[in-house]
Amino acid sequence: MIQIRDLHKHFGDLHVLKGINLDVSKGEVLSIIGSSGSGKSTLLYCINGLEAIQQGTVHINGTDVHAKNTDINKLRQKLGMVFQQWNSFPHLTTLENVALAPRIVKGKSKEEALELAAKQLKHVGLGDKLKNYPVSLSGGQQQRLAIARALAMEPEYMLFDEATSALDPEKVGEVLDTMRLLAEEGMTMICVTHEMGFAREVSDRVAYFHEGIMEEIGPPQQIFEDAQSEHTRKFLMNVR
Amino acid sequence: MFDYNFHWRPVLKSFPDLIQAGFVTLEIASLAMLLGIVIGLCLALMRINMKGPLKWFAVTWIEIARNTPALFQLFFFGFGLGAFGINLSPFTIILTGLSFNCAGYLAENFRGGFQAIPVMQINSARCLGMNSWQAYTRIVIPQVLRIVYYPITNQMVWAVLMSSLGMLVGFKELSGETQFFASKTFRVFEYFAVAAVIYYVIVKIVLGASRLLAMRLFRY
Repeated sequence: MIQIRDLHKHFGDLHVLKGINLDVSKGEVLSIIGSSGSGKSTLLYCINGLEAIQQGTVHINGTDVHAKNTDINKLRQKLGMVFQQWNSFPHLTTLENVALAPRIVKGKSKEEALELAAKQLKHVGLGDKLKNYPVSLSGGQQQRLAIARALAMEPEYMLFDEATSALDPEKVGEVLDTMRLLAEEGMTMICVTHEMGFAREVSDRVAYFHEGIMEEIGPPQQIFEDAQSEHTRKFLMNVR
Repeated sequence: MFDYNFHWRPVLKSFPDLIQAGFVTLEIASLAMLLGIVIGLCLALMRINMKGPLKWFAVTWIEIARNTPALFQLFFFGFGLGAFGINLSPFTIILTGLSFNCAGYLAENFRGGFQAIPVMQINSARCLGMNSWQAYTRIVIPQVLRIVYYPITNQMVWAVLMSSLGMLVGFKELSGETQFFASKTFRVFEYFAVAAVIYYVIVKIVLGASRLLAMRLFRY
């Protein structure tokens, strides 16, 4: 379970997150929508400790992410993260991209890690690209590689930071399908997204962020058809 | 117009010695580069990541190495330290001098290489649970080495040619050996002409080897 309490984040004078309270339970798919600069991505960065926070707490399965004595590297193994820019490691083949972390972080044997990597790559539909270098893959394929790489660490939670925003329009579908597949398999997911269709069909809950505040959260139907906040309605009108 | 008769015979006679000296040149350049790469990498990391004395140590090293004549640096390790009673052998003088110089230049190459790696590469690695050492050694440095590979090759060529300064601190690499024979036989032109050809061949071999190595190393 992810528990966020009164989370505040400042970048210098900029108050990016203004007291976020949020619980995400196991098996839930939460989509976070909102305009650029509303703090959606920053929230993900605070959840896995890539960004320090100024106030409040984030707990993953009861462990405080930002406590000094927390082994963040260990904690991050529970949290898979996929970024907007896929960040493949260009010097490694797809297979090595996926196998590296299980081997050096989790201490799996080389054969074990390679086998696991091949399995995950097949899972995301890249079974025929094991020996390719990322440079020869399309954006969509590289993003699926990033998903496989995160999955190979067998995380309990997956964080998606606008995973489809940097893709060519015709490649968006294949990545969304992969995310859908994960959701169906019961993965706990927090997806910052601009894909309203995905948010609506796949999520259990949708949260709307506005200027650092979580204005509204609820089942997709409520958010998309019966939004309480003026800002949410305006935002949804504009993106449709 | 020219009143000079070429005499190649003495050069031919000592040709094996010159080739031998060519190997010494290659050896000293390789050693200096090896040390230079290791030290340069450390200096770059210190300059990028550290604060305070360590950073200033790196900056000072780089500034001196790049902005003063290599010959002066060599003289410092030779005659400079000698004045304080620290007498290094000619081999040590040329090796420390060259390494000092190469490390300074290479540090800046490495710094450029590190800055060319997007910070998201590190973030991605850290998100997979790697600690910063693993992220650096597994993700960042392999990519940096590729970026700086050709600048390093260039520096290696530079090291081969610059090792000729060894002659001035009494070290018998190719130039020192050439000078020795030239002053013995007074066939200065002939000896240095042949030495120049040997330098050329050494550099060509270095470049060819680096190209072969690149083909093996970089498959992407």
